[in-house]
Amino acid sequence: MSEGALLSIEDVSVDLPTPRGNLRAVDRVDLTVGAGRTLGVVGESGCGKTMLSRAVLQLLPKKAKLSGRVMFDGKDLVRLPPEKLRKLRGRSLAVVFQDPMTSLNPVLTIGTQLMETLQEHLELDMAAARQRSVDLLAAVGIPAPEQRLMQYPHQLSGGMRQRVAIAIALSCEPKLLIADEPTTALDVTIQAQILDLLAREQRRRHMAMILITHDLGVVAGRTDEVAVMYAGRVVERAPTPALFKKMRMPYTEALLAAIPKIDAAPHASLPAISGRPPDPTRPLPGCSFAPRCRYADARCQTEKPSLSEAESRDHLYACFHPVETAAEVSA
Amino acid sequence: MMHGTQPAPSDPLLDVQNLVVEYGVGGKIVHAVSGVSLQVARGETLGLVGESGCGKSTLGRAVLQLRQAVSGKVLFDGQDLTAMHGDTLRKMRQRVQLIFQDPIASLNPRRRIGDIIAEPLVIAGIKDPAERRQRVRDALSAVGLDPQLVIGRLPHEFSGGQCQRICIARALVLNPDFVICDEPVSALDVSIRAQILNLLEEMKARYGLTLLFIAHDLAVVKAVSDRVAVMYLGRLCEVGPSEQLFAHPAHPYTALLIEAIPVPDPDVRPAESVPVGEPPSPIAPPSGCRFRTRCPRADARCSSEMPELRAVAPGQFAACHHPLI
Repeated sequence: MSEGALLSIEDVSVDLPTPRGNLRAVDRVDLTVGAGRTLGVVGESGCGKTMLSRAVLQLLPKKAKLSGRVMFDGKDLVRLPPEKLRKLRGRSLAVVFQDPMTSLNPVLTIGTQLMETLQEHLELDMAAARQRSVDLLAAVGIPAPEQRLMQYPHQLSGGMRQRVAIAIALSCEPKLLIADEPTTALDVTIQAQILDLLAREQRRRHMAMILITHDLGVVAGRTDEVAVMYAGRVVERAPTPALFKKMRMPYTEALLAAIPKIDAAPHASLPAISGRPPDPTRPLPGCSFAPRCRYADARCQTEKPSLSEAESRDHLYACFHPVETAAEVSA
Repeated sequence: MMHGTQPAPSDPLLDVQNLVVEYGVGGKIVHAVSGVSLQVARGETLGLVGESGCGKSTLGRAVLQLRQAVSGKVLFDGQDLTAMHGDTLRKMRQRVQLIFQDPIASLNPRRRIGDIIAEPLVIAGIKDPAERRQRVRDALSAVGLDPQLVIGRLPHEFSGGQCQRICIARALVLNPDFVICDEPVSALDVSIRAQILNLLEEMKARYGLTLLFIAHDLAVVKAVSDRVAVMYLGRLCEVGPSEQLFAHPAHPYTALLIEAIPVPDPDVRPAESVPVGEPPSPIAPPSGCRFRTRCPRADARCSSEMPELRAVAPGQFAACHHPLI
């Protein structure tokens, strides 16, 4: 693993027992994030991206089994006692979830929820916590912050609630912010504003960020590195410009091609990915994308490709038949 | 494609005239649709876009008379649906079908797929069970599902994409003329989304359908629409042929929507978004132009005078005092 990484996820797997058998949600994932860097994690529903973020936060369901190490700021979070973990979460390790309506407490005012975090972690007194809350709400672009402190989450719009959730996450100057589909529930005009807000605060605070999304468009201009996940595994990982210019994994290529483009002509048939992801309780012996892949052959059905280096040390992919050139897919 | 000076095709299948829909929430009136007129030509797909709360879904439901209009007319094939009741309306509705956003929630979890798709036929009075079975099988095959494997199963046994195929089969089983698709792909994953959009295009050609395609994602709307209508807080801002509208938006709101789309290309730096805030409440919409509170071009006239839709280019109409073209 690279030196000086703020977060390094090392050989992490998450298994969930289900009535249908063991479900491997995350399958031997290695990832690192340096201080002040942004990592995009892209994948469709069920690919394990949210379970991975929960493994980092140590917020997995009770029955889940985790193996591997999650090194954060020199400490292995997996082996940290609950008391120390609680001190870390919310303070140097913060999170913003997809749905601000369920992540905020509906029966507490915005002010109570903000000040609670500040008093717990920074031991500020009432007046100082209040002043800081007002400053935070103003920083995330909430008009009339003084009045907002007295309001309840249901009195705010979705975009405003997400701003409050971001203010709470930023309140203790975290070193790492995990944003799990932070804009999926929001309108496209609000999405742009929230992503800009996250990027601005990240630069200002020199904070590291993991941006989890299903939308390649969201990570394109806003991350340093991207990891593409499919069926629990990282199948391609590269610096963002390299990934978009020279993607090697057929799944990444297909995913990008399937997005309707604003500059395409109306009624043009979209290059859809046939079929759907495999049943995670019935792992395939070969590459899990092989049944849907147009390059797959007999070897792909029986042998699992490992995540290995392409032409450079930082571009990895797991495929026997990597895409040679992806120039024509973005048309 | 139209090149007239009126926003209306000469022989529209659907002709919505000055439709007003309002409803009460906690003693206040929500102005959901405020005087919208639009036409959909036979065989055309009209895309309807706007942010949540702009009234686009209410408009779709008001067309089907699932929500009562305060005033205005909905002419379908020349007949006013707002004046119809009971059996006449029910008969007419067989020609207009609806596909919803959440495919899993719109299927009854306790009923078998075969029965779900046969139900419209039962309601339409098709008494012969053999004919019903045949039409159910045809509809399922048309949407790419194997009738043998599907008919006896329950909705929870299917994925979101498959459930949306089942919903499309249910909408098509009566051979409708017109289908209202209300955010049909926004609950689906990217890889499945393309499958369903392609399927809708295929079905449109095969059944000779006319579509009203409601969505908030402009790229999705553009992929399937001949013309696009942009709605904001209950009013139409702009209507025009898709390519023209996306290449040369006339209304500042259309331009804002296009700019906000994330582009999957790292060389395209996202433009620092204009701090345009959020849409005002439809309970107390702004005077004059409803978009003026977020509009960089707004002036005094915009707050006093409501802009009407007028031609800005052949076939393209915008409701703006200071259009971009």
